[in-house]
Amino acid sequence: MVEKLTAALAAVKDPEIDSISIVELGMVENIQFVDGEAIVKLLPTFIGCPALDIIRQRVEQVLSDLEGVEQVTVEFIHHPPWTSDRITEQGREKLKQFGIAPPPKQTGPNGEWQVECPYCQSSYTLMENIFGPTACRSIFYCKQCKNPFEALKPISIWM
Amino acid sequence: MIVTKLEELHQLPEYKEALVELLFQLADDDFIIAYRGSEWLGLAPHIEEDVAFSSITQDTMGHAAMYYQLLEDIGMGRADDLAHGRGANERRNAILLEEVNGPGHYLYEPQYDWAFAVVRNYFYTQAKKVRIDSLKNCSYEPLAQVAVKVNMELYYHLMHWRTWFVQLVNAGGEARERMRKAVEKVFDDFAGVLSLGEKGEKMVECGLIDSEEVLKARWLQAVKPVFEQTNLELPSEFHMKRGNGRNGEHTADLIEALATLSEVYRMDPLAIW
Ligand SMILES: [Zn+2]
Repeated sequence: MVEKLTAALAAVKDPEIDSISIVELGMVENIQFVDGEAIVKLLPTFIGCPALDIIRQRVEQVLSDLEGVEQVTVEFIHHPPWTSDRITEQGREKLKQFGIAPPPKQTGPNGEWQVECPYCQSSYTLMENIFGPTACRSIFYCKQCKNPFEALKPISIWM
Repeated sequence: MIVTKLEELHQLPEYKEALVELLFQLADDDFIIAYRGSEWLGLAPHIEEDVAFSSITQDTMGHAAMYYQLLEDIGMGRADDLAHGRGANERRNAILLEEVNGPGHYLYEPQYDWAFAVVRNYFYTQAKKVRIDSLKNCSYEPLAQVAVKVNMELYYHLMHWRTWFVQLVNAGGEARERMRKAVEKVFDDFAGVLSLGEKGEKMVECGLIDSEEVLKARWLQAVKPVFEQTNLELPSEFHMKRGNGRNGEHTADLIEALATLSEVYRMDPLAIW
């Protein structure tokens, strides 16, 4: 049953980046099924993310449609903390398709990060604004293909 | 001693009392500085800053909401009511954080002071960083876990305000002069940000957070290189010229802010948002 639930969660997309699922984002920490009740523990990417309520509703919707599920409980927990390295390889690919650079796997000792342009793969890019249209994104500019683009902020435990 | 579960917490009345006090300080600080930040929307020096500042404000409001949620979990009432329904004398935020952004009103003729905004936010964010680092070892496990998460977001906030601070002070001329004045003004009330209030010693005894002295020393250590880099004098003593918000002392600025921000809430306190 848990496998079935997991598969269903792959259909729940991030309301702000609708090509990527919450599973690919690494937000799903735990799924349990007890006596008809599906209990899903999710890790918020950012604490104040306004999309969390929508995600909760979508999870409830998708799981309660499954046969045998009588009740759905969605819980947001903070431990372990969500970090950007939880995004799966597939998730990173989908971000690129959406025109968003995946978060760098490594950042320098001074916090600087190398980001590849999702359009032309050039690393000749410039950060325009560390803060973007949503809590988790930053704004970059590619000097190679001259496109502005967004990148997911690295979020890591050493910070 | 580590407290993990609510049942354990309810067995420890003195511990719980200190924890509740600390959570209100953390929540009310973030809540009111985020409110002041939201008043800057559309008024920041340029469009990139508008995006950045509002993003920081959104994160900060999220942190406040989470502390109110921890209070709700403990049985202190609904998070929404705690955020919007408490009067000024019940608030535990530092007085520095409730001060208006400048003369005027955000709807008509705001003459907000960007130098004050930068200095207040930089100093506060650095103090928050010091506190959060200490809270990672908090004896109340739910708070320690939340601190790890807040810390990651705080990293970007701190970098942002530090950059503004250094650039404006080092710009010289009018910028430096206005920044210098803002620094002086902020230090007049900054002791209130580092204060843990009347129950501070109890908090330390309970292993909730490090002492005021330790926090202050760490704050000074963190800003020292920035002061050297900008050739500013770092005082060893700060003040609380208008009283200690941790003990419920506040100014008319807070009363007015609460009246404004809770206007919609008060129309129907039971509404679900
Ligand atoms: Zn490019």
